[in-house]
Amino acid sequence: MSKGRPGPLARGFDRIERGLDRAFGPEWNPLAQLGPLGWFLFWIVTVTGAYLFAFFDTGLTETYASIEWMSRAGWWHAGLARSLHRYASDLMVVVMFTHLLREWALGRFRGARWFSWFTGVPIIWFVYMSGITGFWLVWDRLAQYVAITTAEFLDTLGIFGEPIARNFLSPAHLSDRFFTLMVFLHIAIPLILLLLMWIHIQRISAARTRPPRGLAAITLGALVVAALIAPAPLNGPADLSTVPQAVGLDWFFLSAYPVLERAAAPLVWIGAVVGTVAVAALPWAPPRPPREKPAEVFLDHCNGCERCVADCPYNAIRMVPRSDGAPFAFEAQVLPDRCVACGICMGACPSSSPFRRSGGLVTGIDLPDLSLAELRAQVIAAAEALPAKAGAPRVLTLSCAHGAGHEEAPGRVVMPCVAMAPPSMFDFILSRGLADGVVIAGCAARECHNRFGRAWTEARVARARDPMLRERVPRERLLTVWAGPTEAARLARETSDFGARLAGLGPLQRVRPLSEEERAEALALGRQTIRRAAE
Amino acid sequence: MTGRVVHLLTGGAVSLALFLAVAAVSQWPSWQSVPDEAAVIRLSLRHGGVRACRPASEEELARLPPNMRLREICDRRRAPVHVRLVLDGQALIDRAVPPSGLWGTGPSRLYARFAVPAGPHQIALWLAENPEGDGARWELARQVTLTPGENLAIDFDTEAGGFVFHEGRREDG
Repeated sequence: MSKGRPGPLARGFDRIERGLDRAFGPEWNPLAQLGPLGWFLFWIVTVTGAYLFAFFDTGLTETYASIEWMSRAGWWHAGLARSLHRYASDLMVVVMFTHLLREWALGRFRGARWFSWFTGVPIIWFVYMSGITGFWLVWDRLAQYVAITTAEFLDTLGIFGEPIARNFLSPAHLSDRFFTLMVFLHIAIPLILLLLMWIHIQRISAARTRPPRGLAAITLGALVVAALIAPAPLNGPADLSTVPQAVGLDWFFLSAYPVLERAAAPLVWIGAVVGTVAVAALPWAPPRPPREKPAEVFLDHCNGCERCVADCPYNAIRMVPRSDGAPFAFEAQVLPDRCVACGICMGACPSSSPFRRSGGLVTGIDLPDLSLAELRAQVIAAAEALPAKAGAPRVLTLSCAHGAGHEEAPGRVVMPCVAMAPPSMFDFILSRGLADGVVIAGCAARECHNRFGRAWTEARVARARDPMLRERVPRERLLTVWAGPTEAARLARETSDFGARLAGLGPLQRVRPLSEEERAEALALGRQTIRRAAE
Repeated sequence: MTGRVVHLLTGGAVSLALFLAVAAVSQWPSWQSVPDEAAVIRLSLRHGGVRACRPASEEELARLPPNMRLREICDRRRAPVHVRLVLDGQALIDRAVPPSGLWGTGPSRLYARFAVPAGPHQIALWLAENPEGDGARWELARQVTLTPGENLAIDFDTEAGGFVFHEGRREDG
């Protein structure tokens, strides 16, 4: 299984994230929490915005006066809220684009993941519209610049009965109602943004919309300190009898404004439309790798236990009334459009037992690209390839395609997610004497490529979640290593240390080796599937 | 210190450094929209051009109900208005502004902005409904001294006599 190998950008992210792991710890690593952080920042902006509204006045002179009061006399509460409102909005832009770039780098935008990618694109525009309408409300020199440049740009569409920019021709042209309209827009647009954010997470199960408390505390605390050290700027009041010459732009929201001013408007409109369509269409852009085949349900082996539904990270399985007359109320049904073929469902199925004979090894829910029978065969083939040195323990590695062990290597089986291996597979390897120890090498601890692979694996091994690892499996012969794609050296080091510990444990007890027939059959299938995956 | 406390401190320090950088980029570097020694002239107008009309024939009038018998039949579409803005002898605008609306039934609308050097300028404005014919036309020539950063707004209002200069920090000549 060599598909989905991390590219250079993904490896770059991994290196940066390793640095952040040291500062924040894996659990609070902000790059692994970009989605939840975006939500958190949205709520900070919402709460501070509601607070600011209590002190905000609408009117040609009253607007600026109220903002000035907040920033000067009320600096310690309303001024602080204003700075938090501004900087949290700026950070939303940073988080949003980093999230987009990271998901693209990790290849999490194609196939079944198209929905989240596609619905994320309008969010970008609504974040910008929300922010830009906010700048108008301050009605300082920057607001004047933003209002006039925006109005002149929108007027190039030629769809407005009256040029919007006429409103800003002179002080006599502007009315108090303008600010009422802007307040309405600045509330209505973020409400639509909230709706879009909700839609964005609809195709994943148990979507994380709250960062871990520690990271939330760090973010809010640092924002408050930054807001106190460098309060949000307030320029002089807008004056339509003059023109803003040099303006301190907020480059997160307004970096396009110099372009709007200088470039030909049709070119900018075409660029915006083409850019938006191009980004939105990326999931279908060439080169299109063949889409992974979705999981399949085999009703003869499905008792409707719902474990696959509980473990699927993408809401891709649902229970429907039984269709085959078996004495169970429900059966699992895969929604192919949503399935990313991570195999976690296969690892969750109680029928996924490698102890059964390999020839007819079928489970309740299986992965066509790497079935349980093939995985079992690959494990047996990989065990055969382990170097047989006298006295040296044999260590078999079950590895995630997105972690440190993503490269094929002797004694290693690479799979889409380590959670696709049912706990009984570890038991099988040790009880059949295929290896003296098993390394489970998953993604970096900070974030699983398939969301819950790490959590479910740890819970199953710790016997906290079904299917549980049997008690008879010696835990000292299992090692879990959570490491990113650039940490191959750490994986090798920890595996080597593990081997040394295994040497001290002596040989495995009560081993029941595979029969020759079973072994030969598995080897043939295993080598065949390894060759197919490598191709 | 426990790991969590260490991460709170180091993570907080990293976050604070990032947020201060964000605060800096939130206002710096500044953008020079208009050069320091320049002023801006904005011309905005809204004026409906004339419609092409002809006398109605007896047959046409007979086909109409008595209460709708107008002597002239006019096209829905308005003619463009012709606008000229000349600054110090150089034409900044000299064109026909088409009527608005899908069928050309609305008024001609124009909004234009020019950054010009501050100082004295001779401005000449001219608007004609029909430059070749005898339609209404308005003209205005004026000497102005623009200060740096001034916004000189020129509007058009037939009831006020044509072109209107909106008072700003302008010193008329």
